[in-house]
Amino acid sequence: MQKDWPLWEVFIRSKQGLDHKHVGSLHAADAQMAIENARDVYTRRMEGVSIWVVESQHIHASNPDDAASLYDPANDKVYRHPTFYELPDELKHM
Amino acid sequence: MSVHELETLFQDKVDKEIKIEPKDWMPEKYRKTLIRQISQHAHSEIVGMLPEGNWITRAPSLKRKAALLAKVQDEAGHGLYLYSAAETLGISREEMLEQLHNGTAKYSSIFNYPTLAWADIGAIGWLVDGAAIMNQVPLCRTSFGPYARAMVRVCKEESFHQRQGFEILLTLSKGNEAQQRMAQDAINRWWWPSVMMFGPKDDESPNTLQSMKWKIKRFTNDELRQKFIDVCAEQVKFLGLMLPDADLKWNEERGHYDFGKINWDEFWQVVNGNGPCNKQRLDARRKAHDEGEWVRQAAVAYAEKKKMKATMVAA
Ligand SMILES: [Fe+2]
Ligand SMILES: [Fe+2]
Repeated sequence: MQKDWPLWEVFIRSKQGLDHKHVGSLHAADAQMAIENARDVYTRRMEGVSIWVVESQHIHASNPDDAASLYDPANDKVYRHPTFYELPDELKHM
Repeated sequence: MSVHELETLFQDKVDKEIKIEPKDWMPEKYRKTLIRQISQHAHSEIVGMLPEGNWITRAPSLKRKAALLAKVQDEAGHGLYLYSAAETLGISREEMLEQLHNGTAKYSSIFNYPTLAWADIGAIGWLVDGAAIMNQVPLCRTSFGPYARAMVRVCKEESFHQRQGFEILLTLSKGNEAQQRMAQDAINRWWWPSVMMFGPKDDESPNTLQSMKWKIKRFTNDELRQKFIDVCAEQVKFLGLMLPDADLKWNEERGHYDFGKINWDEFWQVVNGNGPCNKQRLDARRKAHDEGEWVRQAAVAYAEKKKMKATMVAA
């Protein structure tokens, strides 16, 4: 039995001016085929104006088990948010 | 952390409607149940192309042909979204196809019925896609992230499927007597198998409870079936045709339609491989796969050749 073609992750820009967003994955022999298949599968109804494909094995991900320690320090830094600062209500345009 | 603690944490997340993602810890049984359900669902989309593909070359007009072609292409896409979602759980595409081809994996029994006339394409769109939508809409909120996201995509595409089917029947229902008869006959043959698409009765569906607790399933088989029957009983009036159930009657007290007895014998016969087209469908899938082998190999060889050329130029 033949092994599966490599897996690719597909990212699509839905509209000029927006970020590429992950939409799913597919198998393809090479990048060009991955883009062509992504077009057929993920943009049959004008869902995109640009396609990125990345071979899945090249994606490095953070470990979900580390989420607590990775993002926890952000939790107690409320002064990073604009609402932390108390200013008079009458002050406009700030 | 002990498995018990992990399980509590997991259930807690599910209860709070926090989605489970592929790399998160999950109970082995959850993973297995999902792999089975998602791959079965994917197989159904793929095998489901066969009965309809049967009519593409014989569609009565260019408009109908283009629509049917687009619908069948969508179903191929649905299969792909779902296979990809299942792969995030650690099963390979190859393994899933192997399970389909050797008969260990199931697909929806509905596709083991033949499409005998053009009106069947209308009945499939209305009833079969209709039942599928009834099933799939709540799955957009299922607890496993990749499955839920795939379902959102699928549901967006499904509504055209059902509408094109209903329009076919509507057109036939306004046609001559032979066309009306053809439409009624298609409904007669597809109605009960569609009602059975929701699976066995709740008290004979042992996994439902656990699946509901894990929010893999959001409604029981019987709940969805009742909803489907209620909706169709009203829609059929627009066709001036009948659903083939003498016991179908509005029940004021329940606020639902009562319906006749389901032939569960037939259901299990088809599930266990003895439907009218089980063999034909599997043979067609295997043949397509085997005859595509050289294409898959050629694509790999070509990709390798291109890669080699590129490195030679770079060197
Ligand atoms: Fe579908
Ligand atoms: Fe569909």
